[in-house]
Amino acid sequence: MYFQDLMLKLLNYWGNKGCIILEPYDVEKGAGTMSPHTFLRALGPEPWKVVYVEPSRRPADARYGENPHRVYQHHQLQVILKPSPEEVQEMYLDSLRAIGIDPLKHDIRFVEDNWEAPTLGAWGLGWEVWLDGMEITQFTYFQQVGSINCELESAELTYGLERIAMYLQDVDNIFDIKWNEHYTYGDIFNKAEYEHSVYSFEKADIDTLKGLFNTYEIEVQKVLDEGLVLPSYDYVLKCSHTFNVLDARGAISVSERTSYIGRVRNLARKVAAKYIEQRKEMEYPLLKKEGHSNE
Amino acid sequence: MSKKYLLEIGVEELPARLVGDALEQLKNNAENLLKDERINYNNINVYSTPRRLSLIVEGLDERQEDLKEKVKGPTKKIAFDENDNPSKALLGFMRGQNIDISAIYTEEYNGVEYIYADVVKTGKTIEEILSLNIPNLIKMINFPKSMRWGGKNIRFARPIRWLVSLLDDKIISFDLEGIAVSNVTKGHRFLGNSKIEVPSVDEYMEILKKNFVILDQKERKDIIKYGSEKLVKEKGGNLPKDESLLDEVTNIVEYPTPIIGRIKEEYLSLPKDVIITPMKEQLRFFPVLDDKNRLLPYFITVRNGNEEHIETVIKGNEKVLGARLEDAKFFYMDDIKNPLESYVEELKKITFQDKLGTLYDKTKRIQSLGVKVGEYLEVGEETEKNIERAGYLSKADLVTKMVTEFTELQGKMGMEYAKTSGENEIVSLAIFEQYLPRFAGDELPTTTAGAVLSIADKIDTISGLFAIGIHPTGSQDPFGLRRQALGIINIILDKKLSISINELVETALYFYVDINGLAFDYEKVKQEIIEFLNGRIRNMFIDIGIRYDIVDAIIGTNIDDVYDMKIRANKLNEWLKKEGLSEILSAFNRVSNLAEKAVSDEVQRSLLTEDEIELYDKFNSIEEKVNNLLLKKEYDKALDQLVVLKEPIDNFFDKVMVMVEDERLRNNRLGLLKKIYDIMVKICDLSKIVNK
Repeated sequence: MYFQDLMLKLLNYWGNKGCIILEPYDVEKGAGTMSPHTFLRALGPEPWKVVYVEPSRRPADARYGENPHRVYQHHQLQVILKPSPEEVQEMYLDSLRAIGIDPLKHDIRFVEDNWEAPTLGAWGLGWEVWLDGMEITQFTYFQQVGSINCELESAELTYGLERIAMYLQDVDNIFDIKWNEHYTYGDIFNKAEYEHSVYSFEKADIDTLKGLFNTYEIEVQKVLDEGLVLPSYDYVLKCSHTFNVLDARGAISVSERTSYIGRVRNLARKVAAKYIEQRKEMEYPLLKKEGHSNE
Repeated sequence: MSKKYLLEIGVEELPARLVGDALEQLKNNAENLLKDERINYNNINVYSTPRRLSLIVEGLDERQEDLKEKVKGPTKKIAFDENDNPSKALLGFMRGQNIDISAIYTEEYNGVEYIYADVVKTGKTIEEILSLNIPNLIKMINFPKSMRWGGKNIRFARPIRWLVSLLDDKIISFDLEGIAVSNVTKGHRFLGNSKIEVPSVDEYMEILKKNFVILDQKERKDIIKYGSEKLVKEKGGNLPKDESLLDEVTNIVEYPTPIIGRIKEEYLSLPKDVIITPMKEQLRFFPVLDDKNRLLPYFITVRNGNEEHIETVIKGNEKVLGARLEDAKFFYMDDIKNPLESYVEELKKITFQDKLGTLYDKTKRIQSLGVKVGEYLEVGEETEKNIERAGYLSKADLVTKMVTEFTELQGKMGMEYAKTSGENEIVSLAIFEQYLPRFAGDELPTTTAGAVLSIADKIDTISGLFAIGIHPTGSQDPFGLRRQALGIINIILDKKLSISINELVETALYFYVDINGLAFDYEKVKQEIIEFLNGRIRNMFIDIGIRYDIVDAIIGTNIDDVYDMKIRANKLNEWLKKEGLSEILSAFNRVSNLAEKAVSDEVQRSLLTEDEIELYDKFNSIEEKVNNLLLKKEYDKALDQLVVLKEPIDNFFDKVMVMVEDERLRNNRLGLLKKIYDIMVKICDLSKIVNK
């Protein structure tokens, strides 16, 4: 199965289960969770079902395109089901069947994994899902987001698309994944991997980035004071990514690190609180929507 | 007819490490419930798989026994009105107890006559008791981290999805946040049926087995253990004993099938721990060793399922292991590009503890402290050099890629990298041994350099944290300081090191001042640490069977050499088995009580009376002998010498008045007693011994 078919099959599967199919969010981020379609929508009492592919940037994982398993940017397929349906595990397993993974022919396990994202003030309990020993999905019941308790708990499913594709296509190197009939993952991303590695580890200008972080941080507050939640959140994402580059660049000492993470978390908390306030003022419009029955 | 009850809590996959404790709680809570409700039973068993916690109680009573109770009513005085008719108070009492007037009688209580009645409370049925109490039984299970789901008002480690509640063949219904209660369970996620009716408790385990769920964890564990051993034997290898991994794996499968896979030869040239750690920690694979404990190119993993398509599963697992080992190899190869020494500088970037500087500072302190301890113990020039070198390299591995990824490899990688960097054998080993013992009962350092480094590292951590006010309190000891203190004591005793705790603490604190410029209340902190250490020594001595009063007689004095303390404790223990010690102990008790009042230990012979002179001369005649025996650590013989003083002490107290008006005389006599006291406490404080 080609990489693009894998994405389409999963998007379709979840679309048929009532999820809104969305495009990636256009600000750099380290994980699908950071998209406002997850981070903000997980808050408050309104139901929400969504699926999207999120290209996720992890500067510290960059390997100059030389490591067969690690990359600067990988693709997560993110599903949010809020509230978590009773049959959520079965729905998930059916999605594996939909991409040709027959549980009877493999060993599929739900292995404890307590997910935590300190920069987002978010945590949840759940599992890594193993396919014959390989982690292919992160399955989490959100408990807290933006340091705020989740009023209505979501189930978050994050598929590691590259890993699944490598398994399905039986290739040992991420860059050998066939994107479609003619192009490999390497054809598309190898150069980008190399350049972003050079940038993240060697060239990123530390003073510029530190300056940008401070500027973005101020902007979050300024925009939030205007009552503009989403633009403000975009700058939280910018802070987070800038911090990740600085971290990969080795420009942040251990004690500074804690302080940077604390600063981003603090911004995320403020935006989350404002979002809840805003939705309440709007009288939770999604509560009145059809098509969000639980089962 | 006795009954059987089954409760199955159907859950989404529970974390393996939490299952054991949850089962224990379920069992205890059930025992308490049945005891409180006066229900007899034969036995309670608890079982678990990743998807269920099950409770089976056998031989249950059908109902509580009726309870005869003597109930106290109103006083006789207010129970009847002036016409001797029952008053409102009495009528109310009878109504409440459901009795008529023929059932009441009067009895005196504290001089007042009261109305009494013997009433029979009909016992509740087991059905009533169960349906009322089971929800609470489930809610009472505590997990270290629990969650909410689907808007329900209950917390559990993972969502509860179904409940089976059966008394023999009858469903005992109850409400737990609207979760379905029935006799329908689920089999293995893929191999079994997802909707199975359980007709009766007796058939439960069999039905699960038919649906590929082996409920009894012991049975699953045996299948894994013997199945794996069989596979390993065919390859001429052994399975190293690892109960905790075995238990974990048992708790992540419902239908175990052990399988054996291959490790690619190219990885076998890596150090053993570099291969084993990712296998165990990340994948829960068992390594396979040969008779000489060398790694064989195989691993064991356990499939949650049967033998169907087993080749696909093995191949997948081999591939995953390959990817993990590729990572480990990358870390290792990258780490050894530079000598271990080159990582020391990077420690400057890593905080050891807020206010206590960086890991580089800690390195400097351990190094200086280690060298001082080495000099003190006169370990010799070569060992001192090894300590200094190992101390300098002690924390370097903490910034390597391998240890950053697998923190449990600290010390082990340090040792490996020291070897590849050309450090000598002792230095390499000492780097590993600085962390020993890692837990109660763990191995201790074998080399002197390792022992000294381990003591230095631990006393440095303890001293630093005490200096910034972080102490263990009650059950709180987040930095494991008690374990570290015990480690120090164990090493000292094992290596028979003569070392002054007092000087050790002083030196450790000194380096915080010297290297970090740390400011703190020196005397206070020092005393706190010594008390803390003494507390550990006391507990340890009592644990190994030394009488608590003997421990007090030794720790209460100024002796601060742990190894010496233990010798004294043993000698004193033997010595106290002698006959006729009671009067001797009394005599020394009297000496101790008065010696406290002495202003000095000066004695002017000219001021002494005849009875005092007898004691004084006797004392002088033994003083040197005692001191010589102390040097030879012959504490029992030294005590024998003291016995000689018993007669003159008794005579002294019979004939001499100590607390006289004349100050010169009084102080002279107190001085004499203090001399005796001082030599006694050089051995031990006999006044602390309980005189039976």
